[in-house]
Amino acid sequence: MPEPFGLLAELTYRCPLACSYCSNPLELAAYDDELTTAQWQRVFTEAAELGVLQCHLSGGEPLLRRDLVDLVRTAAGLGMYTNLVTSAIGLSRSRAEGLRDAGLDHVQVSVQADEPATADRIAGIPAFERKLRAAAVVKELGWPLTVNVVLHRQNVDRVAEIIALVEDLDADRVELANTQYYGWAWRNRAALLPSREQLAGAEEVVRAARARLAGRMEIVHVLPDYYAEYPKPCMGGWAARQLTVAPNGDALPCPAAQTLPLPRASVRDQSLRAIWEDSPLFTAYRGTGWMRDPCRSCDRRETDFGGCRCQAFQLTGDAARTDPVCHLSPDHALVTDAVEAANAPAGRDEVLVPRPHRG
Amino acid sequence: MPGDGRPRLTRHVRMRFDATRERHVLLGPESVIVLNPTGADILGLCDGRRTVSEVATELQARYDRVVDDEVAAFLDRLVTRRCVEIDDA
Repeated sequence: MPEPFGLLAELTYRCPLACSYCSNPLELAAYDDELTTAQWQRVFTEAAELGVLQCHLSGGEPLLRRDLVDLVRTAAGLGMYTNLVTSAIGLSRSRAEGLRDAGLDHVQVSVQADEPATADRIAGIPAFERKLRAAAVVKELGWPLTVNVVLHRQNVDRVAEIIALVEDLDADRVELANTQYYGWAWRNRAALLPSREQLAGAEEVVRAARARLAGRMEIVHVLPDYYAEYPKPCMGGWAARQLTVAPNGDALPCPAAQTLPLPRASVRDQSLRAIWEDSPLFTAYRGTGWMRDPCRSCDRRETDFGGCRCQAFQLTGDAARTDPVCHLSPDHALVTDAVEAANAPAGRDEVLVPRPHRG
Repeated sequence: MPGDGRPRLTRHVRMRFDATRERHVLLGPESVIVLNPTGADILGLCDGRRTVSEVATELQARYDRVVDDEVAAFLDRLVTRRCVEIDDA
């Protein structure tokens, strides 16, 4: 039995922002009944006992949890590396000091674009200036700063300006991560998927920036898997290295796994160990025994694990099929059709559907 | 890898012993590196004061074998992954 390294604790799906690329589930109201402080603290304790070493505090917006400082203190006290994944809305200096004193190791701030008009249009509220101020607080308090920018059709052409902004913020790392198509992003895929030409332009900019900033700032560039030859090794294998707990206590092998037609596994009913070791949701696609061809006989089956089960289910209705991103998948046309639409010469004017604000 | 550089862990990583895996681990924002005992010993000596050569000498005394190349190659890999920085001053 593998031991998990990382826990993604999605503390709440409430969020002041309304980004249309959000990977939170569409049925946000189903997650209103959030775990209590004591329940989360039990989850962290059980996770540490299971071997978890990293705790990513995410959401929604984790700062909307009034008990965040207590939760950080618990996770840090268990020896876990604690990482706050935040929009930075609500990260005042005093709040930040409380988090630092509780033992928070690292802060990742999202930025939507390089200038306020585009960024605030994508975020749905005037957030840009507040984010810059909060990023400065992160640095002033001595934390390493990661800036995460989700890239898509509407901002990928600005990647040079985005990198310049991140340099100004004196970030240690920047993640330029193309949208993954789950939740609200799946719903908005046609308006978000960039063209081949856009991606080539961004790649050239990133290559030059990496050379220029070597040793100063790490640039992580995640390309859209729709354009890849092989699928991503989703979560490092199903229920192999990571697990997610959703705001309502559902435990998931992948943050998008709530869509799969398997029985729910909740930390309200069972220990994390029982869920990790025995629940059908976690055992269904662990290892390689569930695979069919072309994955079963593929040399890469232990490299990419057949890709993402949730993406396979989303695109084909069968989670045990090869991720259609793979060029060897019999369903690959489902991906190439979307890519061709994104590269149609006429150009499109797709409308973004924002995820609702929930505060 | 210059022998007179002084290696230390970068600010965003932390080393600790993991009782579950019975190994030292190096923790960063997006990475966990499970160390073998030699690796943990090397990093335990990387305090920003000892030079790479001094680290190798101390390790050599502990293990009674020549480890110069091993130490340099190990640290080199961790510099690439931004877990270790070398102070040249």
